[in-house]
Amino acid sequence: MNWIDTHLWLIPAMPLIGVLTHIFLGSVIGRKAVGIIACLLVFISLCLSVWVFVRLLGMDPEHRHIMNHFLPWIHVGSFKVDWAFRADPISAVMVLVVSGVGFLIHVYSTGYMAGDPKYIRFFAYLNLFAFAMLLLVLASNVLLMFIGWEGVGLCSYLLIGFWFEDIENAKAGLKAFIVNRIGDFSFIVGMLFLFWYMGAKVPGGKYTLDFYEINSMAHMLPTWVAVTACVLFFGGAAGKSAQIPLYVWLPDAMAGPTPVSALIHAATMVTAGVYMIARFSGLYLNAPDAMMLVATVGAATALFSATIAVAQNDIKKVLAYSTVSQLGYMFLGVGVGAFQAGIFHLMTHAFFKGLLFLAAGSVIHGMHNEQDMRKMGALKSKLPYTWITFMAAWLAIAGFPGFSGFFSKDEILWKAFSSSHGHWGLWLVGFAAAGLTAFYMTRLIVMTFYGEKRWDEGVHPHESPPNMTVPLIALAVLSVIGGYVGVPALLKGGNHIEHWMEPAVTWTVSEEAARGHEAVVAGHGHHATAAATEHHGEHGSEHAMEGLLMGASVAVAIGGILIGWWMYTRRRDIPEKVANNWPMAYKTVLNKYYVDEIYHWAVIKNVLRLTWFSGKFDNWVIDGAVNGSAWLTRKVSGISGWIDNNFVDGTVNAVAEITRGIGARFGKVQTGRVQQYLTLAAAMVAIFIVGVILWPSIELAGKELYRQLFHIAAGS
Amino acid sequence: MIPIGHILAVGAAMFCIGLFALLSRRNAVAVFMGIELMLNAANLNFVAFSHYHSQSIDGIVAAVFVIMLAAAEFAVALALILSLYQTFRSVHLDDADEMKG
Repeated sequence: MNWIDTHLWLIPAMPLIGVLTHIFLGSVIGRKAVGIIACLLVFISLCLSVWVFVRLLGMDPEHRHIMNHFLPWIHVGSFKVDWAFRADPISAVMVLVVSGVGFLIHVYSTGYMAGDPKYIRFFAYLNLFAFAMLLLVLASNVLLMFIGWEGVGLCSYLLIGFWFEDIENAKAGLKAFIVNRIGDFSFIVGMLFLFWYMGAKVPGGKYTLDFYEINSMAHMLPTWVAVTACVLFFGGAAGKSAQIPLYVWLPDAMAGPTPVSALIHAATMVTAGVYMIARFSGLYLNAPDAMMLVATVGAATALFSATIAVAQNDIKKVLAYSTVSQLGYMFLGVGVGAFQAGIFHLMTHAFFKGLLFLAAGSVIHGMHNEQDMRKMGALKSKLPYTWITFMAAWLAIAGFPGFSGFFSKDEILWKAFSSSHGHWGLWLVGFAAAGLTAFYMTRLIVMTFYGEKRWDEGVHPHESPPNMTVPLIALAVLSVIGGYVGVPALLKGGNHIEHWMEPAVTWTVSEEAARGHEAVVAGHGHHATAAATEHHGEHGSEHAMEGLLMGASVAVAIGGILIGWWMYTRRRDIPEKVANNWPMAYKTVLNKYYVDEIYHWAVIKNVLRLTWFSGKFDNWVIDGAVNGSAWLTRKVSGISGWIDNNFVDGTVNAVAEITRGIGARFGKVQTGRVQQYLTLAAAMVAIFIVGVILWPSIELAGKELYRQLFHIAAGS
Repeated sequence: MIPIGHILAVGAAMFCIGLFALLSRRNAVAVFMGIELMLNAANLNFVAFSHYHSQSIDGIVAAVFVIMLAAAEFAVALALILSLYQTFRSVHLDDADEMKG
C-alpha cells in the first residue's frame, strides 16, 4: 500500500479548504493571500495527481486501479454508496488535466481579476469549482459523480453571472442553469432506471451505482434497457457538454469573466459529458443504437456550430461555437467506441482551447474590454506573447501536422471511419467540420492580429502582466507537444495514451449487442474493446486507408488555413460579396440559425404564458378565495362582536347590576349594631315559639273556615 | 314545698330581664351582665327539673358546667371589651358599628 492509495480524497479536498478559507477568512487575510492560497491548493492537488499518475504507471497495466473508501455514506442491506474515490487510467488523465489546466488558469486569474472588487468571491467560486470538478472526476459511483456534476453546474451559474450588475449576465447564468437542469433531469432518470433494472429485473444482478460494477454487469442487461439508459445519460451529457439540442447556453455563458470561460466553459466542465460517457463505456458498448445516436449528434453538432462560428464577430463567441464544435468531435469519438480518442481530444482541447480563451482574455484585457474583432487588427506587435501563444493554439486547433490537435482529431476521424460503430458519413461530416475549423480560426487570427489597425481612438493595447503571460506560455507548450503521447502507429508512434486507457474501456459485450456491431469477427468472442475491429482487417490496406484519410485531413486543414488567410488578408471583398449575394443565408448563420428564437417561440413563450396564466390564477382564484374567506370572517366576527357587546355583555352586566342593586338594598340591613341583630334574632325566635304554640289552633280554625266555605258553596 | 311552676316563673322572669338587658343596654359590660342573667335563668331550670323530675344529678352537673363555661366566657368577654375600649375609646356597643353595610 502506498500513502496516496488511502488519500485520494485529498485531491478534491484541497480546493475545498480554499473555499472555506476564502469565505470565512478572505477579508481578514486580504486579496493577495487569497490569490496565493487558491493557486497553492490547486497546485497541491496537481502534485497529488501527478503522484497518482506515477503510482498507476508503476502498476501492472491490467490492474491499474486505486480505490479509496473515504467515508461511508448510504448503506442499505447489501447496497452501498460511499464517499469513495477511484483512480484508473481515465480518471488519472482527467484529474491531471483538471488540476493542471485549473492551476494555470488560477494563476492567470490573479492577473486578470486583479482590479475586480469581488476578487475574493471569485476565487472562492473558482476553488469550489475545482473541488466539484475533481469530485466528479474521481467519483467511483454515479451518485457521487452527480454531486460533482451539480456542483460544477452551480459554479458555472455563479461565475457566468459573476458580474450580475448587468442583467444580461444574470440572464445568461440563468439560461445555462435551466438548460443544464433539463439534461440533469435526464441523467437522474437514467441513473434511477438503471439502478432499478439492475437490482430488480436482472437475474443475478444487484443494486449498485458503482461504475465498474455497472460496466461489468452491463452485458447482462437486455439491449433495449442499455439503450434507454444510455440515451438518458446522453441527455445529461448533452446538457452539460452543450450538444444539439441543448447547446444554446454555452455561447451565452461567455458573459462570465474570461478565465471562467477558459476553465469551465472550454477546458473542463463542458467535457464532463464526454468523460461520463467514457466512464459508462461498458454500458455504451452494450447499446449500439445509443452509440450511433451519440456519434450522429456529435458529428452534427461539430459541423453545425462550426458554420455558426464562421460568421461571428465577437472573439469569445467564435471560440464558444468552436468549443461546441470540438465537443461534438469528442462525442463523435466516444460514439464510435473510440473512448480513448475522445478523452485524448478532450485533453488536447483542454490545452489549446483553454489557451485560446486565456489569450483572447489577454487581448480583451489589453484592448480595454473590447471583444469585437472588427475593432481589432494589427495587434501582433503590441501583444507579442499573446500573439505567439495564440498562434500555437491556432495551429493546434486547426489540426496542423505536428501540433496536438492534429493527433487527437485525426485519431477521432480515423476511428469514425474505421471502427465497427463508425460510418464513412460520420467521417465526412467530421472532415468538413475540420476544414471549417481551420477556416474560421484563421479568420479570427487574421482579424485580431493582422491587417490594418481598426481600434477606436484612445485605445492603447498593452501586453498583460507576467502572471497572465506565463500560464499562456505553459499552455502553448502543452498545445504543441501534448499530442505526442498519442502518435498513431502509422507515424511510427506508440499511441501510448490509447494503450494506457484501454483496460478501463474494455468490457464484456452481450451477444445481442454484439450482433448490433456488424463487424464483430468470429473468434473475437464477446470481448469487445473500444474500436473493436481496427486490427482485424488486413494491415496493409488498413494502413494505406489510414494514411489516405490522414493526408486528406491535413490537406483540408491546410486548405482551410490558406483560404482563410487569402480571403481575409488579400480579398476582403469576397466575404462581403458572399454576404451580399446570399443575404438570407448570411443572416441565418449570423443569427445562429435562429435557434434561440425558435426555442423562444416554441418553448419559452409557452412557459411564460403558462407562468402568466398561473400568476393570474394565483391572483384571482387563490388570492380571491383567501381574500373572500378573510372578508367573510371579518363580517361574521363583526356580527358576533355586535352580539357579544349587546347581548352577552348586556346579560353579564345586567346580572352584575342586579346583584349590586340587591346588595345595596340588603346591605342597609347590616347596620353594624350587634344589638339590633340580636333583637331581630330574638324577635324571630319569639315569632317561631308563638307560631309553634299557636299552630294547632290556627290549623283548626283554618279547617273550620274551609269547611264552612265549602259547605256554603255546596249548599248554594 | 314550693311548686315547680313558681320556680320556672322566676327562671322565665330572670331570662326576660336578662334578654331585656342584652338588647337595651348600651354599655358592653351591662350587656354581659344580661347574658349572665339569661345563663343563670337556664341553670335555675336545670336544677329545678333535676330536683322534681329526675332521680339523678344530671341537671346539677349541667348547671355546674354552665357556671364554669360562664366564668371562662366572661374572661374572654372582658378581654374583648378591653380591646374594644382600646380601639374605640368607648365600651358602648353603638360606637362599634364599623361593619355596617
